[in-house]
Amino acid sequence: MSLYQLSKVLYVLNRDDAAKRLWQAEPASLLEGYDLTDEERTALLEHDIGLLYVLGVNGQILMHFAALCGIAWADYIRLMREGVEKYGPVRAGLYAMTTQFNERVAGV
Amino acid sequence: MSLVYCGVCSHAPGITSRAEMADPALRDPFYAALENQRQEIMATKPDALMIVAAEHFANFFMNNMPAYAVGMGESYTGPIEDPDWLKVPLRTAKGNPDLGRRLVAEMLETVDVAYAEEWQFDHGISVPLHFLDPNNELTIIPVNINCQGPPLTPLHRAWTFGEAIRRAADSVPERIALVCTGGISHWPATPDSGKINEAWDREFITRWEANDRAAMLSYTDAETYRDAGQGGFEIRTFITAAAAGGGKGDVQFFAPIPIFAVGCTVGRIEIA
Ligand SMILES: [Fe+2]
Repeated sequence: MSLYQLSKVLYVLNRDDAAKRLWQAEPASLLEGYDLTDEERTALLEHDIGLLYVLGVNGQILMHFAALCGIAWADYIRLMREGVEKYGPVRAGLYAMTTQFNERVAGV
Repeated sequence: MSLVYCGVCSHAPGITSRAEMADPALRDPFYAALENQRQEIMATKPDALMIVAAEHFANFFMNNMPAYAVGMGESYTGPIEDPDWLKVPLRTAKGNPDLGRRLVAEMLETVDVAYAEEWQFDHGISVPLHFLDPNNELTIIPVNINCQGPPLTPLHRAWTFGEAIRRAADSVPERIALVCTGGISHWPATPDSGKINEAWDREFITRWEANDRAAMLSYTDAETYRDAGQGGFEIRTFITAAAAGGGKGDVQFFAPIPIFAVGCTVGRIEIA
């Protein structure tokens, strides 16, 4: 697992317009410069928010990635919960889930 | 000339991006408190607004993470978030490299701050500016405290940093307003988003209003993480404000607004 590399992709995507354009046009080629596992690469290419969350991506950059993928706020929250249900607890980082699966903390 | 204003406010992206999902009875008094803060700042006729945020990987990342950074750019753009998502229009804010350089030079006497001539604003600065400088009139000196990528700077260093900001502001001929932004307890950008430990927040506010240095510095990061979430690490910005102002605090607005993912706060601290 290379959480640093995975996070770095999202950091670059978050702040660099050229990287965003490349991502829209040829997402796989953006990832070429990063040392990612197959699981990480697939999670990015498939916009698997739940898996990215479980892998330990910091929520701040994950939130922006979800927005870039056109995922609405309520769906973003739901996808993270479903990720924990499917893949188990968050494996690294500070953004673990502390509430229950069906808990809608802010009503979404 | 000196520090002319010292305050704190929240910066959560939901404050603008999820505005229409919030209960107007909670939201509108919060927006009014921010408008009041804007008027208080403008009444001090600041030559520059220093805005201390805890940014979220817009500029600083684990390849080279400064504990403290100060902007010395000619100008700054933001938000880096999609403006339609954040619901904050893109702006180019004026900087002042010469002033930034003088402030940094004085701060370096006691704190090893990094400086940056390039800086993109994320919601940590863009959301407060949307309310506090809606017409993009002010000269901005952005400042960052790393509250995202541990190891984090100890709380007592955030206090020392606030003292350094105060000394720097008092050492330049310009009139400096200071706003420090962050959450108290919150669990942003997770499935827990909207969770707020109101009792913990009120206890922190009591310590902050009393400007009780020892009580504010007594939290360990493990306790903060457990009781106030990873967002709670942003109390560093509040501690910096308390040290810079030096007097008693006055929280003019506080209300948990779950859809904004934070106990929304507006306060000022007496310049003593
Ligand atoms: Fe924040």
